Amino acid sequence: MDTELILMQLFSGVALGAILVITALGLSIIFGMMGVVNFAHGALFMVGAYAGLWVASLTGSFWWGLLVAPIMIGVFGMLIEFVLIRRLYGRSIDDPLLLTFGLSYVLVEGVRIVFGSDGIPFPTPSLLTGVVDLGVGFFPIYRIFVVALVFAIVVLLWLGLEKTKFGLIVRAGSRDPMMMRVLGVDISKVWLAVFGLGVGLAALGGVLAGPMRSVNPEMGALVLAEAFVVTVIGGLGSLVGAIIAGLLVGVVISMTALFAPEMATIVMFALMAIVLLIRPQGLFGKLA
Amino acid sequence: MTKDNRNSNRFNISRRHMLAALGTGVGVMAMPWIARAADDNIRIGFPTPLTGPFAAEAKDQVKSAELAVKQVNDKGGINGRKVELLVRDDKLNGGEAATRTLELIEKDKVHAIVGSLSSAVQLAVNEVTRARGVLYVSISQSDTINEVKDFSKYTFHEALNPTMTTAAVARYAFKKGTKVAHLVADYAYGHEMLRGFKRAQAAIGAETVGEIMHPFGAADYSTFMPRLRSMRPDILCISNFGRDQANSIKQAVDFGLKQSSKIVVPVLLHNQRLAVTPEVFEGVVGGSNYYWGLEGTLPSAKAFNDAYRAANGGAIPTDYGAYGYTGVMSLLQAMQAAGGTDTDKVIAALEALKYDVAKGPQYYRKCDHQSVQSVLVLESKKKADMKGDSDLFSIVANEAPSEQVLRTCAELGFPT
Repeated sequence: MDTELILMQLFSGVALGAILVITALGLSIIFGMMGVVNFAHGALFMVGAYAGLWVASLTGSFWWGLLVAPIMIGVFGMLIEFVLIRRLYGRSIDDPLLLTFGLSYVLVEGVRIVFGSDGIPFPTPSLLTGVVDLGVGFFPIYRIFVVALVFAIVVLLWLGLEKTKFGLIVRAGSRDPMMMRVLGVDISKVWLAVFGLGVGLAALGGVLAGPMRSVNPEMGALVLAEAFVVTVIGGLGSLVGAIIAGLLVGVVISMTALFAPEMATIVMFALMAIVLLIRPQGLFGKLA
Repeated sequence: MTKDNRNSNRFNISRRHMLAALGTGVGVMAMPWIARAADDNIRIGFPTPLTGPFAAEAKDQVKSAELAVKQVNDKGGINGRKVELLVRDDKLNGGEAATRTLELIEKDKVHAIVGSLSSAVQLAVNEVTRARGVLYVSISQSDTINEVKDFSKYTFHEALNPTMTTAAVARYAFKKGTKVAHLVADYAYGHEMLRGFKRAQAAIGAETVGEIMHPFGAADYSTFMPRLRSMRPDILCISNFGRDQANSIKQAVDFGLKQSSKIVVPVLLHNQRLAVTPEVFEGVVGGSNYYWGLEGTLPSAKAFNDAYRAANGGAIPTDYGAYGYTGVMSLLQAMQAAGGTDTDKVIAALEALKYDVAKGPQYYRKCDHQSVQSVLVLESKKKADMKGDSDLFSIVANEAPSEQVLRTCAELGFPT
């Protein structure tokens, strides 16, 4: 096994990790801030990919799809919060979980009815096709773009949550919503925005995944599992945890693919089991 | 498939079991007199994975099977009896398929089963039909189903098998000294295709430079690419099915592997080619049981395509879809010859049948009930060479039906 191959494999792992981070972020934010386990996350990821494809085919440009679809689906997410999830606050955590679980079936079936169950091509934007020589091997330009974009989004999110007044309110709201109400903050507006943001991020993940995979109604199923694994390893609700765990899972998958490729999917579940045994709250989670 | 998916499937099954049990109980109590089907129709059960990664292929199977049934009914049915097709979703899950099949046999009193779209699921159906003594025409690739240990006298294998498919593809694509790297889906289908390719390589003198097993249903193949590239193969041979095929080829192309190697697959899938752009599949070579382009030279293909187009708003039949037609048609022709649904008579009729309903002459070999038939080798076209949206492949080889390409009856363990 030569060093070049191992380095290349490490890099592939980090790149895959970045994709996992973007799929896990939305789930983690919604849980962390609102305590809602969004089982429709995978379905919304898929709907995002379709929306991106639709906007891209209308405008003839991938970039419009990348920009507009997450906003569109984010607003759709706010609608879901406003019409459905809002009614379940204050009830047990299972209720919104079951609601979003059902919603995911409705979304997948809806897409099947509108777009059919066959896969649809989502071409890589021409600007980003081809490979680049990293010195140790070749890597697709598009994937490098995804890594860079994910990095930028993570930085923006961090700034937004840590350095703005809105971020302060969101963080405070996640600790003690009742106190926030007493202080005169309309917490329901904050949750509306947070849910929209989380769903928008899921949709962004979908649009970004489109050119790497074929777009089909079931593409969200595996993503939901991956996002959960990453969120659980990182610690439910921890943003830093989701980022570190995403990268960690990516690298572990990649290294497993090198030595025992048939284990490449199962290994992330094994990793999750080990983390849960040693540290039940996840790497960066706080004990309840 | 992931752990999470499996869990949710299990949840579904148990709930379904409960519902089915409840439903049956209520039904039996309320109206015992309709527990037996009263009519005289010939019923054919058709389990196929309508949901999941092979959904596109499964849907085409159903359309083709429906066409066969409709054509026979339009001509007056079989001895005046109407034929009915009972389609069930097997969810690409052996347990689900076995349950549905049992239900079709026990509750719906079907006279035969046709269907399934995965080698493993197909073997689960085969277990049930063998135990119940029900006719089964299997329409998905399998080598195991030919072997004596899984043989059932009630089962007829209409699909190609991996041995004949890979042999034809290898004869076209491999030469002496060709270096082949294998990327293989880690389940029965992938393993059988790999075994077939290695057998063919040994005969040709092509060398294996590496093999990687990937988890079934994987969405991301990026982590396999550096190692595949480091093997420096002349040919990258990808043995997987359904969406795995489109995803893995797309990502191999993204990683630039097509510039240094030719991509070869055991079965080149029409619907998966449509799931990506023509540039991705351009130059990819693979085997097939059927391609609509056969209509230029073959009257039976022309007739099948025309009838299919008329029934489906101008759409053309696809590879795995065509199995639905040839499978159901061969069964119905045998029932016609046998004058009804008596199982032993239909078996005798199937063993004696010579049929040409879509792809040229076919017959079931006596010892293992494998359909002896032509094998196509296709190459995916460049966008510039496509004359229309459906003009996807060119037929680069069409091997005539021959028992020579099959393993011998003795090799499969049958007494000779």
